[in-house]
Amino acid sequence: MTVRFNIYRYNPEVDNKPYMQDYELEEIEPGMMLLAALLKLKEQDASLSFRRSCGEGVCGSDSMNINGVNGLACITPLSELKQPIEIRPLPGQPVIRDLIVDMEPFYQQYRAVKPYLIVNDPMPEVELRQTPEQRKKLDGLYECILCGCCTTACPSFWWNPEKFLGPAALLQASRFIEDSRDQALDERLENLEGPFKLFRCHTIMNCVQVCPKGLNPTRAIGNIKKKMVKKSL
Amino acid sequence: MAAIQRRQFDTLIIGAGGGGLRAALRLSEAEASVAVVSKVFPTRSHTVAAQGGMNAALANVSPDNWHWHMFDTIKGSDYLGDQDAIEYMCRAAPKAVYELEHFGVPFSRLDNGSIYQRAFGGQSQNFGGDQAARTCAAADRTGHAILHSLYQQNIRAKTHFFDEYFSVDLLKDEEGHVLGALVFNIMDGQPLIIEAKTTLLATGGAGQIYRNTTNAMINTGDGLGMALRAGVPLQDMEFFQFHPTGIAGRGMLITEGARGEGGYLVNGEGERLMERYAPKAKDLASRDVVSRAIATEIREGRGCGVNKDHVLLKLDHLGEAVIQERLPGIRQTCMTFLGIDPAEAAIPVSPTAHYTMGGIPTNRHAQVVVPVKDTPEEAVYGLYAAGECACVSVHGANRLGGNSLLDILVFGRAAANHIIGHLAENRYHRPMDESSVDKAMERFQRWNKNPGQEGESVDVLRHELKTVMEKHCGVFRNEAVLREGVAQVEQIAERFKDAKIDDHSDTFNTARVEALELENLIACGLATMHSAFARTESRGAHSRMDYPERDDKNWMRHSLYSLDTGLDYKPVRTKPVSVASFPPRPRIY
Repeated sequence: MTVRFNIYRYNPEVDNKPYMQDYELEEIEPGMMLLAALLKLKEQDASLSFRRSCGEGVCGSDSMNINGVNGLACITPLSELKQPIEIRPLPGQPVIRDLIVDMEPFYQQYRAVKPYLIVNDPMPEVELRQTPEQRKKLDGLYECILCGCCTTACPSFWWNPEKFLGPAALLQASRFIEDSRDQALDERLENLEGPFKLFRCHTIMNCVQVCPKGLNPTRAIGNIKKKMVKKSL
Repeated sequence: MAAIQRRQFDTLIIGAGGGGLRAALRLSEAEASVAVVSKVFPTRSHTVAAQGGMNAALANVSPDNWHWHMFDTIKGSDYLGDQDAIEYMCRAAPKAVYELEHFGVPFSRLDNGSIYQRAFGGQSQNFGGDQAARTCAAADRTGHAILHSLYQQNIRAKTHFFDEYFSVDLLKDEEGHVLGALVFNIMDGQPLIIEAKTTLLATGGAGQIYRNTTNAMINTGDGLGMALRAGVPLQDMEFFQFHPTGIAGRGMLITEGARGEGGYLVNGEGERLMERYAPKAKDLASRDVVSRAIATEIREGRGCGVNKDHVLLKLDHLGEAVIQERLPGIRQTCMTFLGIDPAEAAIPVSPTAHYTMGGIPTNRHAQVVVPVKDTPEEAVYGLYAAGECACVSVHGANRLGGNSLLDILVFGRAAANHIIGHLAENRYHRPMDESSVDKAMERFQRWNKNPGQEGESVDVLRHELKTVMEKHCGVFRNEAVLREGVAQVEQIAERFKDAKIDDHSDTFNTARVEALELENLIACGLATMHSAFARTESRGAHSRMDYPERDDKNWMRHSLYSLDTGLDYKPVRTKPVSVASFPPRPRIY
């Protein structure tokens, strides 16, 4: 069996502009994931460049655009992909080389939501208490792996990458807003006010569709909006 | 060539997993200037993949105290662990967990709001009595929860991060003081000298020396290679942990927490195999015991599947609700890679390379220590190591599940504490020996062009190394197999000198990174193979068919392997800090 690929290539040292390159792979194993195929292609052509690490969908390194949809190569089965498999870098981000984009704008927006627990009271000698019900509110929020699939699939982010925080950062904001231990709720909500930071979300829901961890940033954004309304009353 | 750019910090931390980030946070909060260099963005570090949890005697679920935890850890180590370090770790554990909770880690909870703790292998109450529930968990994503919280707190503390910078080698002065490292920015290939009064290696393990591994592709033993090249020996490298439950043939980890929650192993005859090997602890015996049991079943023809090459891990009796609440991550992994829902069908598993017990020798303050003349442990000025790359040794010959997250947090913090004291006494940077920069630059620039046409590719040599390690240094070992393994790894090291890569560009050159990584892997492979060949006894994870017994008279000592002088040994520290020592006893689960 032969699988055909069409892969975005660009090395600023040698290429004037990006181009698409065809590859073929014959050694296909049953149940093979796209990452394993890319690693085999890299053995044929060492210059083909992409990030990767854990190979099981928890580190978030190998996010890319696969047949038009953002995803993680390591948990995308080859057998589910239409050929030739077209692979491009995450859309809308500056390309460093081939499938490697500059994630810094994405990380900046993540850092902008103060993604850390804020507790103003002195800490107890033991753990802060949290009931299983309170803890359950963090499910679907804390599991984010910062792969960037959602944010770089969001048209609102493409148009306003500096002003709109994007779904991943807003999911993080929600993770701390919902945490019963956090004591900065008002500050967090105020930080999201204005026409852009949160309200540029037009519930297009690309983020939900592409999230490789099955998370739902649109719902998280909706919950933040509800909290803002409640606060303004 | 233009002068190499230089930056100065109080402390350089190499590696941004749990150990590096815990140290960085403590140091940033102490107002030291800290540079964290990582070849990947911090949350891609392998701590993220830890699943089951972190041991601490909180006694939230079953009666507990640190002294019981200490006993279990020493027994688990097959009496090769250093008892002062183990006491220190187990006593510090509850505080380490509470700190994490205060940093925001979303631990699972009990009904009274305290942290959820589950049963794990080798954990007992009252020095070998009933099973203890000691492992603090955030579902089965504990490592992810911890790593992200630590990174987040470092954002708050304004730690300097050098993301996607690769560390080439340590830099020293003429007296051997470690004064920083040569690194390069992977994005543009530009070298950078980071001068530091103290350097902490927190680079993780070397699980990529094996073909079938639970480890991420970044786990290439970079800190271990750097230490060896800087003249620091590696300790106890023959002790490599094979996790009993990697997905058969593919390697993805299925947490021990699956058995902690009530899962069990069955062989090809449908028998609960662990009842024969560990009548009391059964599926929650120590990892080395369970891995040997599975390997034995397979060797004796009682495996499962067409090739009888694995056993089955049964979870379906736990019910979907428990699996979804306590083990959602491994459920997802099984569905993705096997198309199996563990709530309905058993998971095919086999022992899979998992954890480097050995590493850079340190004391319990995380100072790197080397033998100097008659002193077995003299601190190397300015150099520290913590986490999987270090060998304190709290794991000895076999690590208990749930002790590795604990190790990185306790000793990351201990390193920071000692560094703070060091910085108070050493206020200025020492002048660097420029020849050590030249040497590191030579190693870096080696990959700018190929030595000749004849060289083999980095890929070919890496595949061969991993296959040789798997075949010649697996769960069971013997003299003939190891002798051949030593010869083959030595030969790979020789061939590597002529290795070539086909990409010489500066922009995000991953081929060059992989070549530098392979050099580190080969160094780790040499250390592991030589140490294993020399140790003629069975202890913990080092299981010699030709020497099946533990030999405390001759071998209750740590191996030290150096690139130049080969093997040396030093005694185990059997004296704890404040309690009586635990003398070696037969190890029965």
